[in-house]
Amino acid sequence: MDETLVARGAARGAPGRDPGGGAGAGPPAGPPDLDVRGIRKDFGDSRRAVLDGVSISVKPGEAVALIGPNGAGKSTLLRCCLRLVEPDEGDVRLLGHDLRAMRGSALRRARAATGFVFQRHNLVGRLSVLSNVIHGGLASGWGVLRWNQAFAPRAARERAIECLARVGLVHLADRRADRLSGGESQRVAIARALMGSPRLVFADEPVASLDPGIGEEVMRLFAHLIRSSGLTLLFTSHQLDHALAYSDRVVALRRGRVVLDAPSRDVGRADLRAVYG
Amino acid sequence: MADPSPPPLPVLPPRLALSPARFAVGLPLLALLVLAVERAWTCGGELAKGAPDMARILDEMWPPSFVRAGTVARLMFETASMAVAGAAVGCAASFLLAFLAAKNLSPHPLAYYLSRAAISFFRTVPDLVWAIFFVVAVGLGPVAGTLAIVVDTMGFCGRFYADAMEETDPGPREALVASGAGRFGVVLAAVVPAALPAMVNASMFALEKAVRASVVLGLVGAGGIGIELKASMDMFQFSEATTIILAIFVLVLGVEQLSALVRRRIL
Repeated sequence: MDETLVARGAARGAPGRDPGGGAGAGPPAGPPDLDVRGIRKDFGDSRRAVLDGVSISVKPGEAVALIGPNGAGKSTLLRCCLRLVEPDEGDVRLLGHDLRAMRGSALRRARAATGFVFQRHNLVGRLSVLSNVIHGGLASGWGVLRWNQAFAPRAARERAIECLARVGLVHLADRRADRLSGGESQRVAIARALMGSPRLVFADEPVASLDPGIGEEVMRLFAHLIRSSGLTLLFTSHQLDHALAYSDRVVALRRGRVVLDAPSRDVGRADLRAVYG
Repeated sequence: MADPSPPPLPVLPPRLALSPARFAVGLPLLALLVLAVERAWTCGGELAKGAPDMARILDEMWPPSFVRAGTVARLMFETASMAVAGAAVGCAASFLLAFLAAKNLSPHPLAYYLSRAAISFFRTVPDLVWAIFFVVAVGLGPVAGTLAIVVDTMGFCGRFYADAMEETDPGPREALVASGAGRFGVVLAAVVPAALPAMVNASMFALEKAVRASVVLGLVGAGGIGIELKASMDMFQFSEATTIILAIFVLVLGVEQLSALVRRRIL
């Protein structure tokens, strides 16, 4: 069954966008922004590998949703794409770079061309919202000075305010990050991800920690920012309506393997039942 | 209708049983306690014999003499300077050492083990022993005392800073690594702000500890007011000793108040 599901999208033609996501035309053709081949990761603490020969490709401007049951390897795959988790085997080409061959500053520069939004937001609670957003540009020149907004260059502060304006939180720039609500906190995390002007954004369950109403609001804003900027997006979600509405293509993982790769508009209930068993 | 049968009682955990293993551990501990009490009783006898002398000395200590107030003030300033400089340099060195000694930040396992071993060594050797070592190495005076405080502070703060850094939430660190930040940037932006309350707390305790140490280090010639206090006591100038003790009290109390103020502001 798995084999019939995998690459079904490819058999049906090029992926398109789901009108429900407010999308325009499909992603432009060209070399993929992310090309992952045969990724394997085994943490050695279970009987099977978390990722077992996973291959996916994300084109420029494409929005891809990664779905799958708990433990399928979605979060690990996202982390392997930036080598936050080191894959045991396989290749990762990120924005044209062979990521696995990179070390030190070259690896940091490659990462800096991406943004990452985490499920738990991962803000530094004791610092201000503005400082947290400026952290998104730590990789740039004189990055160390950006640890706190008080020391950051004027250009970095202005850019951070601009990013905060895009998520509608300029008025909270001075507030400590640990005094924010869940929705505000995740919007700050999105602003931080946009701070470095990324071409590709990863998001790991971006609204899983928010209540349904706020989660919907934040997800809509997030998807709008990504699409209006023409950015590439790879995100994981347990909320299938989000996965289908905000992506061009759905890739499903089950037990560390890709079991479905299809345009979002073509994914039906039977496919999802097959993924989640 | 109510159920007439009462709910079953929960199974109680077993009572403390005196197993042979517990007996083997408990008996030597009991013997040690008996020996300690016996020793204390002997000390108690000596205390009773010395009580009249104690009363006489206390009587002679009051009122305090301010004849050598100028010297006492100069030495108190030297004592406070030793404490502040030693604690400040020790805290700065501890920060660098803690960066190596925090498991989640250390660049290499060897660096982790060596720095942890150094911190343990600095902590287990008493400050008075360090002072004797530095007096021999650099000569009598406040430099030896300051160096002793630096090393003692590194042993104290190094451990607390490293533990505080290890306990920080890994999430913000991962977020900054994902954005391409370097190791130093990650430490400054994500680790230090999160560990700051614990680090400030440890630093303030280190300063209080340094002030108390700087008073005592003079006894081995490592600068500060200690030598003056010892000289006053040795020469039976108890009223001068009172002045020194009061000055020490004011200094320690002042530092404790300052420390409490800083904690309130930052924590």
